[in-house]
Amino acid sequence: MKLLLEPSTQTRNDGIFRLLTIVAASFILLIMILLFIELLSNSWLSLEKFGLQFLLTNVWDPVRQEFGALSSLYGTLVSTLIAMLIAVPLSLVIALFLVEMAPPMVSKFFGMAIELLAAIPSIIYGMWGLFVLAPLMAKYVQPFLQKISGNLFLFKGPPMGIGMFTAGIILAIMVLPFISSVMREVFLMVPNVVKESAVGMGATTWEMVKVMVRYGIQGMIGATFIGLSRAIGETMAVTFVIGNSHSISTSLFAPANSITATLANEFTEASEPVYLSALVELGLLLFVVTFIIQMVSQLWLKRVQKRMGVQ
Amino acid sequence: MRFRMFIIAGLALALSLGLVACKKQEGKTAKAQAKVINGAGATFPYPIYAQWAYKYEKLTRTKINYQSIGSGGGVAQIKAKTVDFGASDAPLTPEELNESGLIQFPMVIGGVVPVVNLANIIAGSLKLSPEVLADIYLGKIKKWNDARIKQLNPGINLPNKSITVVHRADGSGTTWIFTNYLSKVSDEWKEKVGFGKAVAWPKANNVAGKGNEGVASFVKNVDGAIGYVEFAYALQNKMNYVQLKNKEGKYVKPMIESFQAAAANADWVNAPCYYLVLTDQPGANSWPITGASFILMHKKQQDKKQARTVLEFFDWCYRHGADLAVKLDYVPVPEEVYNLVEATWKKEIKANGQPVWDK
Repeated sequence: MKLLLEPSTQTRNDGIFRLLTIVAASFILLIMILLFIELLSNSWLSLEKFGLQFLLTNVWDPVRQEFGALSSLYGTLVSTLIAMLIAVPLSLVIALFLVEMAPPMVSKFFGMAIELLAAIPSIIYGMWGLFVLAPLMAKYVQPFLQKISGNLFLFKGPPMGIGMFTAGIILAIMVLPFISSVMREVFLMVPNVVKESAVGMGATTWEMVKVMVRYGIQGMIGATFIGLSRAIGETMAVTFVIGNSHSISTSLFAPANSITATLANEFTEASEPVYLSALVELGLLLFVVTFIIQMVSQLWLKRVQKRMGVQ
Repeated sequence: MRFRMFIIAGLALALSLGLVACKKQEGKTAKAQAKVINGAGATFPYPIYAQWAYKYEKLTRTKINYQSIGSGGGVAQIKAKTVDFGASDAPLTPEELNESGLIQFPMVIGGVVPVVNLANIIAGSLKLSPEVLADIYLGKIKKWNDARIKQLNPGINLPNKSITVVHRADGSGTTWIFTNYLSKVSDEWKEKVGFGKAVAWPKANNVAGKGNEGVASFVKNVDGAIGYVEFAYALQNKMNYVQLKNKEGKYVKPMIESFQAAAANADWVNAPCYYLVLTDQPGANSWPITGASFILMHKKQQDKKQARTVLEFFDWCYRHGADLAVKLDYVPVPEEVYNLVEATWKKEIKANGQPVWDK
């Protein structure tokens, strides 16, 4: 009897549920659009005054009211790049260890420890970076790098422990848990049949891993971009260790700046309209950069899908 | 039986009515007593404002909400009239004040102290002249054993180390005072850099830290560093401070007395709208990098009672808040200065054409 009654309520509930999901989903789009409009309107003054020069000049002079975003943009991109160069290979190895090499108990323990890393607030990373990591870098790591590289241009300058390189390392540690836990899931999803056939054909562990990587490449790219978008917007930790100097230097040991660090540092005390507007334009710039990165990642994923023959 | 019920019901009714009446009265008195003042602005004086507010609320039941959102935010909020008073570490220019119908007055005094990291040099023994300090920050003096530093410190064995210059990364009143001082003592600084809460620092061998603690940690970690922090911070963390040559050519140490000397020797009477920066003031004992933190209020007040409550609080801070300020290593405003300020209140702050302050 009950069964007979159900279809009508079922369709009605379905309708409500459908509506609910549509509203919730469009809410995200709405927030994004409103955010963009807000950023655009508040940075209008600076957009008008500096135009395209804003992206191309490296002046940041609140006294004379002249602003250019080049050094902040450069710092954001380079520190994120360093973070990804360190974090992606490391996460790959960690994920493989957890899935393939470690005994189940060890795997569970390490897995939890890594996920715990993700729960640490970024200000703690910043403080730790400034008070613990920076002195260690200044004393041991940076002089060592200078020595073995023969004072390469990348590692020139006095080892102060802070700067682009340290910021990159902190960022790498921060995004590591995100990337590695997603990669672990990806490797866990590789069907046993695939692994068994590889081993059955006489593949070594290393060769089997290559097969797994090939199988999971899409998920791995996805994991990388999750980490990337977290690294590019990270504020507090970077502010503490990047050095906060509006300059562009070839040396990674030199103090630099990032968009988020500039905002965190200067927003509270900026009172002149042009100054404020320039800061908001920095926010707009970050918005656009993140958007572009997302687009590129989607396109890249599509290409990979095609090449790998996955539908 | 019925009669009894009646009585009980009647009693209950009377009781509840009485209670309601009592409550109403209580509400009225509570409303009359619990005044609330809202303020927002500078972060530097926040600890002392919070202490004053706490003590004052205990004494008078007047609650003061002070939000330390930064000087920029404080100025914006008072202009928008969302708060009763704003607070700023840097004074507003007379033009800006007139434009928005505001007055300002100094509330508490602080100072900035250069600190160094030089092993085997006794704390507080290094002497610097204004010109040398400016040239260090301009990147023109690069080594600690530079002839010009040596000349000022004949008894000290200065190391052959490069100087790392540390400054604030965040916009800050501390930077405003420090750079204001440098532009007063060095024409080159004035021309190349100027002063502000954030400036385009000369490309010397420099790093920037966030907040006083950021600057302090860089100075502590980098051998041969020089930085500048708030006086209270330097004192509480026992940092290696520097003696500075003041306007009269005397070397002074950063102490409460030397800051107060700078504030007392300053010419407040002739400063329009208290637009007076306490850097580089005359007087043999004056510490040269001193600054006041200011309160901003509207000249035209809507609510006379409320405005008076606000002024009463500041009056209490001036007259009874000095001990608390000194305890927190702030420098209280000298008496001659706050008498002047209260005279200004009488003259300038009005509600419906009537002066708010008539004491």
